Amino acid sequence: MSSITKSPWVIHYDGSSCNGCDIEVLACLTPMYDAERFGIINTGNPKHADIFLVTGGVNEQNKNVVKQIYEQMPEPKVVVAVGICACSGGIFADCYNILGGVDTVIPVDVYVPGCAARPEAIIDGIVQGLGVLAEKKAKMDRGELPCADGCSCSK
Amino acid sequence: MPEEFGAINIISLVAYLVLAPFVGGLLAGLDRKISARMQGRFGPPILQPFYDVSKLRQKEGITVNKVQDFYMGAFFFFIILTGAFFFAGGDLLLVIFTLTTASVFLIVAAYSSNSPYAEVGAERELLSMMAYEPMVLLVIIGFYVACGTFNVSEILAADIPAIVYLPGLFIGYVFILTLKFRKSPFDLSMSHHGHQELVKGLTTEMSGKTLAWLEIAHWYENVFLLGIVYLFVAFADVWSIPVAVVVCLLMYFFETYIDNNYARMKWQIAINSSWIVAVTFGFVNICAIYLLQIFGIIR
Repeated sequence: MSSITKSPWVIHYDGSSCNGCDIEVLACLTPMYDAERFGIINTGNPKHADIFLVTGGVNEQNKNVVKQIYEQMPEPKVVVAVGICACSGGIFADCYNILGGVDTVIPVDVYVPGCAARPEAIIDGIVQGLGVLAEKKAKMDRGELPCADGCSCSK
Repeated sequence: MPEEFGAINIISLVAYLVLAPFVGGLLAGLDRKISARMQGRFGPPILQPFYDVSKLRQKEGITVNKVQDFYMGAFFFFIILTGAFFFAGGDLLLVIFTLTTASVFLIVAAYSSNSPYAEVGAERELLSMMAYEPMVLLVIIGFYVACGTFNVSEILAADIPAIVYLPGLFIGYVFILTLKFRKSPFDLSMSHHGHQELVKGLTTEMSGKTLAWLEIAHWYENVFLLGIVYLFVAFADVWSIPVAVVVCLLMYFFETYIDNNYARMKWQIAINSSWIVAVTFGFVNICAIYLLQIFGIIR
């Protein structure tokens, strides 16, 4: 297996979450769940990240932030929507300021439902995201995504 | 270079060039594993740093300013050159000035991106350089005063280990190792931990291959820094070699222990404390050796 799946570095962004899912995301790093045993690191820097965890729905205020973080991440990258609000907008879907799930702004690869999503489910979502990451790497090697040499053939 | 540049110098030079990344990576992996165990976690595989670097090499390259890659290349080259001079048994002064050159290239690389986070990281790296450089210079002077030479292979050929004359400098050097390894409480400019402020300091604008080169350069650097610990303990006796290696490992894991027991401190504390240590342990040690030599008590 390619080493691309052995060291998933995660960046976490709180859209308009109630903090329920954020607490569960951080719980993944605690001794109880210890996500680092899979090589998962919670990084604060989009340029170091492979997996973009978004909690909460996207609103008018932060859609550009979400887009910008996504664009700053180097390929191959995966987006995991954590919690029902990030998946579809959840109970906030009809609010005037909410655009809906994260997929209204950026392409989402894995949906982790739940309110709040349990740490087990979040780790499972990241591990499923690794499969997508490997697929994207294969696409990159075939030249369908921007290559590792930094040319901008994606756009 | 020493006059008798023998087979042993060539062997240790080649061993450094080939093995240092593996040793450095393994040490980094052990460090993460032990840190995790100290925190009551299972921890990543010991080979995790190699997986990380291998992954980073496969990522898309995003560089804001192409000149950053040149500076990173220069950093990588000079770090390897530093260790190469050292393990070939060369001149300690040359070694230290090459190390400083390498650090400057890293700082310039961070500055060149014009990212505010990277700039703060670069400024903090300059501050930590200011903190550790006096002690590094005192260590070199101490070796000269104690052994009468700057030459690494001649220091290793002494009859008595340097640490007997230089206990204070050894303590001072271990103190600044925390700065050089970028461990808490002095991981000002960038941290290898998840907890971080100002995003990722020096490395904020580095991604993919650039970051992979930086990691490998750090492995080379760490092995070289432990080489100086080795220089304190090893002497002409063959049995001092395993003892010195064990002391190196102990010091490395002592830094892990410190790392896990302290939160990051302010840069003022980093500078003040390392200068105080340099003056009390380092300078006093050198003066003591000098006086003992004048009165003919030693040598």
